[in-house]
Amino acid sequence: MVKDKNERTVVVPGEVVSDDASKLPGDNTYKDNGKIIANRFGVVEDMGKIVKIVPISGVYEPRRGNNVLGIVTDVTFNGWLLDVDCSASGFLSLMDYPRFVNKNDLEEHLRIGDVVYAKIMGVKKKGIDVTMKQRGLVKVEGGILIRVNPQKIPRVIGKEGSMIMAIRNMTGCRIIAGQNGLVSIRGDDKDLELLTVKAIRFVEANALTSGLTERVSEMLTEELKKLGKKPQIVPQEESFGEAEESSENKNEEVEE
Amino acid sequence: MENSNINKQAILNYLNSGKRFDGRKELEYRDLTIETPVSNKAEGSARVKLGNTEVVAGIKMSLGEPYPDSQDKGNLSVTAEFTPMSNSDYEPGPPQIDSIELARIIDRGVRESGFIDLKKLCVKGGELVWNMFIDIYSENADGNLLDAAAIAVIAALKTAKVPKIENDKVLFGEWTEHNVPLTEMMPLVVTFHKIGGKMILDPTYLEEEVSTGRITIGVSVGKQERIHSMQKGKEEPMSAEEVEFCVDEAFKKAKELKTKIDKLLK
Amino acid sequence: MSSYKKRYDGRKFDEMRPIKAQVGVIPNADGSARFSFGNTKAIAAVYGPKQLHPQHMQIPDKGLLRCNYTMMSFSVTERIKPGPSRRSQEISKVTEWALSSIVDLERFPSAVIDVHIMIEQADASTRCAGINAAVMALVQAGIPMKEMASSVSIGKCDETIVTDVSKEEEDYEDGEGATDMPFTILSNTKRISHLQLDGKVSQEKFSEAIKAAMKATEKIHEIQVKALKNIGEVIEA
Repeated sequence: MVKDKNERTVVVPGEVVSDDASKLPGDNTYKDNGKIIANRFGVVEDMGKIVKIVPISGVYEPRRGNNVLGIVTDVTFNGWLLDVDCSASGFLSLMDYPRFVNKNDLEEHLRIGDVVYAKIMGVKKKGIDVTMKQRGLVKVEGGILIRVNPQKIPRVIGKEGSMIMAIRNMTGCRIIAGQNGLVSIRGDDKDLELLTVKAIRFVEANALTSGLTERVSEMLTEELKKLGKKPQIVPQEESFGEAEESSENKNEEVEE
Repeated sequence: MENSNINKQAILNYLNSGKRFDGRKELEYRDLTIETPVSNKAEGSARVKLGNTEVVAGIKMSLGEPYPDSQDKGNLSVTAEFTPMSNSDYEPGPPQIDSIELARIIDRGVRESGFIDLKKLCVKGGELVWNMFIDIYSENADGNLLDAAAIAVIAALKTAKVPKIENDKVLFGEWTEHNVPLTEMMPLVVTFHKIGGKMILDPTYLEEEVSTGRITIGVSVGKQERIHSMQKGKEEPMSAEEVEFCVDEAFKKAKELKTKIDKLLK
Repeated sequence: MSSYKKRYDGRKFDEMRPIKAQVGVIPNADGSARFSFGNTKAIAAVYGPKQLHPQHMQIPDKGLLRCNYTMMSFSVTERIKPGPSRRSQEISKVTEWALSSIVDLERFPSAVIDVHIMIEQADASTRCAGINAAVMALVQAGIPMKEMASSVSIGKCDETIVTDVSKEEEDYEDGEGATDMPFTILSNTKRISHLQLDGKVSQEKFSEAIKAAMKATEKIHEIQVKALKNIGEVIEA
């Protein structure tokens, strides 16, 4: 197995990632005959004692504590069903909506097709329960919604939200990135919104490489020049939603 | 994934500023590529990519009896499948109305334009004629399957060869040197979608979901310019001016498409 | 002494036709791939895991893997009428079993993984080409599995065991005629997840066939892995 200094090693299921019998199998690996073998398509992360695989593809696997974007698919008598773009549907109870909701007025608050930024409270076999009762969780309005590979979202968000902030400070667009891969972008200028999409797609495509933040900045500087615009630095007060997610954005597995 | 109100509204807002998510203008087509053949067992076949939309069409011929009201002409049949492979919204099973409509619109265009010289597909008048089957499959559905399918059908027909016959039986797997007899009336199809009052061409899947009205115009351009088929779809009505605008644009776009197709098939 | 001494297309008895593999060919799918053995071209798309509707079809402790295999009408010399046939339904089922044996379905209770296989051009071994494409598509879709799988058809023309049967070899009539044995073999444990047989064969010759299948699927596996590690590129062998 060749390891390149600048590139991470991509492995396929069934491939041996370590034949060091003293190592322990981490996420997406299993041990067989003293060897650690990959269980999933992804990159190897050798953390010393434990070897794990970080997936590079696959649908979002919901975890308690994640912040996600969901699209309302149905209004029931006591809440809203959400499409969270994974194999289980989400449910937002009217009790978990940030305002008082009368049983007969559910649709006045959220209709089918509306988008919410919510936190996963629990993952059961039947579905996912979410809440909006936390600072920063909102009904998302305006702008556009895109779908990003959920395995690449941590890179798009960046450490403590650094990548999103870097992009935002160039394009001036408000970005809410759900850990399920749905991302909302809103700016005053459509060209800047589209540029933000371009930057996010760039990060998504180059997620496994290094020096990404610089390259994104360079790309954005050039594109802004072409549009005849300057970097649009956003003042701190306007960054709602993102402060919350930067503390939630941990790609560590939260085993409940 | 469910389409969001955000994007439905955004598509309208963008169009009001003359913009689309992929940077195209309202009446601009995505990049077109054509690949022939797709299957060496087909009389003719082609793969068309229009942006991310990918469609294949193939032609198979057999011998049979003519229809009573066209004793000296070959028979034509067009089918289409919106495959579940091409989009998670398509379910396996018998053809749904979308694919039936697409096949019938293409059939009309091919038939009424006279692109295939059906008289030359007659082997023995009143007794034996060629049956021509054109089958269309979507491989990736990202909007505008109809226009893409029409191009695939044209490319498949233009590269198709007539199978060999011996004693009034087809020698399957063997072909003559003869091309399927075609005229110069290439049946091009241009579909317009109405979104927020604006007419756009070549919508993506997302744009198609938001459009409230559409009109497909089948034309042939060459020495003569003729309309061969039309189909208005979805609920929103269109004014006579809008329809005439579309007809005018359809001829312009068809000429451009014909040039592109001729170039790509060289 | 077998009457089949030299293969119609000049290949060695254990030689496969030229293979082409490419991963990531259908943008809408969660995973997709193309695989060809010579003139046989298959394309596979995977969607999932996703919610399974209607609810009564859901299995509470396990996910479901559904497969449908279709041949395009113009993939063969005599047109196939569009729609499922008994043959395509049978192939869909054995493919479903072959793929279910590698996927850890307990990871997706109540969910479904849909695998769609279509044959664009058919020249024998279509189900094997389909399975090879489907396995790559499943991997690209991020479906967890302990090992991969590769499929090949082993044939017997009179007494000669051949790897990757061609259409002509399927129709061989001299001596014991033609026997067709498609195998799907798991990459690590070398277990057989799909096996069919159609013809006339002795125990010894069958054992020889197993060995030939093991050898060939090892090579196919290498190609599948290369295609996955170079997404978008056409890998040829």
